[in-house]
Amino acid sequence: MEKELRLMKGNEAVAEAAIRAGADGYFGYPITPQSEILEYLMEANPVKTTGMVVLQAESEVASINMVYGGAACGKKVMTTSSSPGISLMQEGISYIAGAELPCLIVNVVRGGPGLGTIQPSQSDYFQATKGGGHGDYHLIVLAPASVQEMADFVDLSFELAFKYRNPVMMLSDGAIGQMMEKVWLSPYKERSKTVPEWATTGKPPTRKRNIITSLDLDPNAQEIFNQKLNAKYNEIREKEVRYEEFQCEDADYLFVAYGTSARVCQKAIQLARADGIKAGLLRPITLFPFPEKRINKLADRVRFMISVEMSAGQMVEDVLLAVNGKVPVYHYGRMGGMIAIPEEVAENLKSKIIGG
Amino acid sequence: MAEATGIKEIIKPENLAYKKSRIMTDNVLSYCPGCGHGTTHRILAEVIEEEGIQSETIGISPVGCSVLLYNYLDIDWQEAAHGRAPALATAIKRLMPEKFVFTYQGDGDLAAIGTAETIHACNRGENILIIFINNGIYGMTGGQMAPTTLPGMKSSTSPYGRDVKVMGNPLKMTDIVATLPGTYYVTRQSVHNPANVRKTKKAMKKAVRYQKLNKGTCFIEIVSNCPSGWKMTPVESIKWMEENMFPFYPLGDFKVPEEQDS
Repeated sequence: MEKELRLMKGNEAVAEAAIRAGADGYFGYPITPQSEILEYLMEANPVKTTGMVVLQAESEVASINMVYGGAACGKKVMTTSSSPGISLMQEGISYIAGAELPCLIVNVVRGGPGLGTIQPSQSDYFQATKGGGHGDYHLIVLAPASVQEMADFVDLSFELAFKYRNPVMMLSDGAIGQMMEKVWLSPYKERSKTVPEWATTGKPPTRKRNIITSLDLDPNAQEIFNQKLNAKYNEIREKEVRYEEFQCEDADYLFVAYGTSARVCQKAIQLARADGIKAGLLRPITLFPFPEKRINKLADRVRFMISVEMSAGQMVEDVLLAVNGKVPVYHYGRMGGMIAIPEEVAENLKSKIIGG
Repeated sequence: MAEATGIKEIIKPENLAYKKSRIMTDNVLSYCPGCGHGTTHRILAEVIEEEGIQSETIGISPVGCSVLLYNYLDIDWQEAAHGRAPALATAIKRLMPEKFVFTYQGDGDLAAIGTAETIHACNRGENILIIFINNGIYGMTGGQMAPTTLPGMKSSTSPYGRDVKVMGNPLKMTDIVATLPGTYYVTRQSVHNPANVRKTKKAMKKAVRYQKLNKGTCFIEIVSNCPSGWKMTPVESIKWMEENMFPFYPLGDFKVPEEQDS
């Protein structure tokens, strides 16, 4: 079957891609700016076609725990929300990471803290990449920068989640969720019939009982488990780094930006280059694992870097760690639901050149 | 010698008066002497064995004294976060409708932190069994006041007795869920003597049968004792339960299916 071209919102693309990826279940609660995902799935009613279960839960707390229950059965399950809802889910996400369950969580980020705004932001970077809930754990974090990637990363997320038995977060934002672009949709995949050996599907006489838990009262055993988790995260750091470079070959100055900010930087680079300033962009596609080795390497041949984010400066800390003092690292950010325009980003670059 | 031979002759399958259900594992129970959890576990194990549903059963253990329940019954288990068991059960049952899915929760888990999950699972009529152990106290954390602690009852966080004007009234969850159209079978039982053990077992067997009918949530409350939390001997705690808990939480059916279904 061939790919199908459609004009869609990012949120709709996630929903359609989930059906096509052979997802078994979606559990969600309405919140702006991502309610289209639940609405789209309810209208598509995939239980009649692929058999995918869609349920509106009573809260984000319930949604994420439904995801836990479904994931523990070895099913491809997911939830989506936006910042305040994702905060409510943190307990469940920690349990899912602790029980080593695969699932997809999409955060269509809006500005905070608190109820904040419904406009796009990237202020949940720390929460997504450093853990978010309690305990030592990491999510695999993918950052889409287009409606196409909102669709493509659904399948990729499930693949990574099952490969590592680890929750995957797609860290989008209200701009990518709401904007319409053309998107090539993958053909429908059949829902998987294979049951992972760890899944709780009822104990047949042929195997030992399966127990999904994150509890170990023996501190020695818990530490060994923590070490095992950490070894998994290190393997992910080694094997799953994804990024894209834009005009880095001859760049003297480097922007580091993901998602919506990366798109703004691409245009800012054009403006800068028109003035003879050779700027480039490294766009992390995975925020965990972070492309630290590549950034460290690029630090050998650029004069400085600017982390451009819709936040007070969160990813900049990872850029600083990656650069490890080789060159100056600056941050340029807008907050509260404001998006930088290319002109101001290009101006900021120029001011740093003059200033430095 | 003759005596030893005599015992050997007596130990035969046909002479067996009682044996542990094969669904119970050999793990040592973590409960205090006189606690109702062990009895309830045994009933549950017997029901799963007798109904032949081991291979289709998924249990969800709570946070509370029975947090390690997954060590005691030889079935597939999921351990939920505090109060969230009905949300897990919802997804499991909807994704695998042919399975038998039950939660096992204490009063703090079900009636305090998990009130929303309990009410909404019952209101949606999730086709699951919820087993609710109500002993009016937080046992695992050392005897704090629970949502079901009786008025005037002492606990480590109501040391002068529960003052309902300050601390609120005990929540009668079974009465509440019985009013919801989503529930199919709602009953309150106990396991403190042989007669009530038999009644509870019967209720659980009904719940197994009803789940196959796909008609809504089955909810079984078991009023139980907590000798350690109540600071009583097991015998005193049973007497106290009969005299104080049962008048406030009367045993019996709250909602029973129509004749043609049962």
